Amino acid sequence: MKIAVCLKQVPDTEAEIKWDIPSGTLKRDGMDSITNPFDEFALEEALLTRENYDGEIVAISMGPDKAADVLRNALALTANSVQQLSDPSFAGSDTYATAYVLAQAIKKIGDVDVVFAGKQSTDGNTGVVAAELAALLGWSQLTYVAKVRSIDAGGKKIVVERAIEGGNEVVEAKLPAVVSVIKGINEPRLPNLMGIRKAAKVEIPKWNAGDLGVDAGKVGAAGSCTKVVEIAVPPPRGAGEILKGEIEDIANMLTDKLIDLKVIK
Amino acid sequence: MANDVWVYIEHKDGAVTPMSFELLGIGKTLADGFGSSVCGFVVGEKADDIAKEAFAYGASKVYAVEGAEYKGFRADAYSKAATSLLDKHKPAVALFRATSQGTDVAAASAALLGFGLCTDTLGLAVDGGKMKMTRAAFGGNYTVSVVNEKAVPQIATVRPKAFAMPAKDESKSGEVVKEAFSVAEADLNTKVLEFIQSATAVNLVEADIIVTGGRGVGNEEGFTLIKELADMLGGAVGASRAAVDSGWIPYEHQVGQTGKTVKPKIYIACGVSGAIQHLAGMRTSDCIVAINKDPDAPIFKAATFGIVGDYKQVVPKIIEKFKGKLGR
Ligand SMILES: Cc1cc2nc3c(=O)[nH]c(=O)nc-3n(C[C@H](O)[C@H](O)[C@H](O)COP(=O)(O)OP(=O)(O)OC[C@H]3O[C@@H](n4cnc5c(N)ncnc54)[C@H](O)[C@@H]3O)c2cc1C
Ligand SMILES: Cc1cc2nc3c(=O)[nH]c(=O)nc-3n(C[C@H](O)[C@H](O)[C@H](O)COP(=O)(O)OP(=O)(O)OC[C@H]3O[C@@H](n4cnc5c(N)ncnc54)[C@H](O)[C@@H]3O)c2cc1C
Repeated sequence: MKIAVCLKQVPDTEAEIKWDIPSGTLKRDGMDSITNPFDEFALEEALLTRENYDGEIVAISMGPDKAADVLRNALALTANSVQQLSDPSFAGSDTYATAYVLAQAIKKIGDVDVVFAGKQSTDGNTGVVAAELAALLGWSQLTYVAKVRSIDAGGKKIVVERAIEGGNEVVEAKLPAVVSVIKGINEPRLPNLMGIRKAAKVEIPKWNAGDLGVDAGKVGAAGSCTKVVEIAVPPPRGAGEILKGEIEDIANMLTDKLIDLKVIK
Repeated sequence: MANDVWVYIEHKDGAVTPMSFELLGIGKTLADGFGSSVCGFVVGEKADDIAKEAFAYGASKVYAVEGAEYKGFRADAYSKAATSLLDKHKPAVALFRATSQGTDVAAASAALLGFGLCTDTLGLAVDGGKMKMTRAAFGGNYTVSVVNEKAVPQIATVRPKAFAMPAKDESKSGEVVKEAFSVAEADLNTKVLEFIQSATAVNLVEADIIVTGGRGVGNEEGFTLIKELADMLGGAVGASRAAVDSGWIPYEHQVGQTGKTVKPKIYIACGVSGAIQHLAGMRTSDCIVAINKDPDAPIFKAATFGIVGDYKQVVPKIIEKFKGKLGR
């Protein structure tokens, strides 16, 4: 079985975020970066799939030079191979352009049975790239996956549980499939020292726009129809009121205020 | 009409709730801005009953694709049918609720049409003939405004409860436009085998009231009190990641950057410190109540009403008062 996994590099939640204000994009250089937290679950699911069914894992990441770090981390965790998708023309891509580049890479890798992705990134946080990727490839679109029950590469079938409103939907789907996973699907392992040392020495292979046969008019800030035109810090919530006094009075005040909102039925 | 605003009417096996029509309200406001009309669009086995309700909530027309293959939701079938409608009629805007179904269909339709989209939108306005969409990024630490310059339609998913419900008027009617579009069963990728109803039936995203417990609740038993308050108010139980990671409550209850994003009318946080990743999931709630024994806890900066104290003393008192006042 051939397993692909999509890993995005994102700014560390604690890092100071630097914006390129005129273009509405992130200045990704000089920020502390990590693998998108949801993508750790995607990679772990790929590792578990290989353990359970055999196969090889190809990890891909679209991003500038630095994004090689997330692929190095994937190698340290024993991914069989990695591919960075990097080209100056990719900068500022919207979700469609991103999914398009990822789709081109998946096609170029060839014979992929299942693609694992995260539910959502913690920076752009749109949560739609996996669904767009599935639609572009015409493959099974399996989002919000909380459990992979079985994969049958020979029979071209996968059964998953999708955590949606009110419960879990059990879906049987054809392979190939794009599976986006939620937190809690597994417990991501950590790389060991030897893996990290080995990965540190590897030259990360790159595919540029030409390698991928990407139509330059469809990618990057220029080719994307979605544009970020304004960035603002949300207004602070109105200064709150600390209710003071004896606990009896506080409870009285609060319940009156909440009942006045006419929300409680 | 070319400038119309379309609202995707979500249903589950043909069943709708009033929330299915939520976006017809903001849809009407946008249509007024464009000088056009708000219309609904439905993919399902049968659309007539759903259309009738959509008219009552303000849709002037309802576009529909009907077929046995659309009985239950399947991302590929629904997206292909929705795309056929959007491609044929080319409305200016298509709005979807940011639920699992709405997001699946919106994303796949946008991709099939060749455009990006704006997700989990909190603000929508017409600006120079284009729609300006405002959403949160970076765990709510920033808001960004997005335009979708060349896209037809401009697609957005909208956070549930971000806009007021439209008024219902049963006397209103409209035109149902049915388009034929079918997908052969053999060409469909997925089949739903069963639905496992969650034991606690948590639907945080639709809840008007959420009572959340954090690490400060102390242990699994602590959630009994949280649940008692939630149940009495007809609300849902939320949790911080610390509480989930401690194994006191399942992940489906988690609110925050790596959990659910919610916007209830009342959010009561008990023993939650207010980390940015938690705030990311609930800071747009209408009214936030924080109960925390540490007066310096960051949650108080986001709270509408704050109570400094031990939740074990405060919550039972609140329950007692509500019982008296609400007669429960
Ligand atoms: C503040 C901000 C706001 C934005 N708003 C919008 C918007 O409203 N609409 C829009 O179309 N674009 C928007 N973008 C651009 C969007 O973030 C990028 O297109 C991004 O490359 C992919 O979207 P995402 O991070 O939201 O991914 P998500 O859809 O949240 O990611 C889901 C999964 O897809 C995979 N994935 C995503 N990106 C990559 C990658 N580069 N390499 C490998 N795997 C990947 C990962 O597995 C990830 O877990 C915005 C960007 C920023 C910084
Ligand atoms: C990438 C990433 C993603 C994350 N995603 C999420 C997410 O989705 N959701 C989330 O919640 N967190 C998330 N976190 C974790 C987040 O940073 C915090 O660690 C977490 O929210 C803390 O939970 P807490 O407030 O319950 O616990 P704590 O921060 O430990 O706070 C407990 C609070 O309870 C108070 N307290 C103690 N006893 C009592 C009592 N008897 N009565 C009243 N108050 C009491 C204390 O004063 C304290 O303020 C994420 C972190 C990272 C790095």
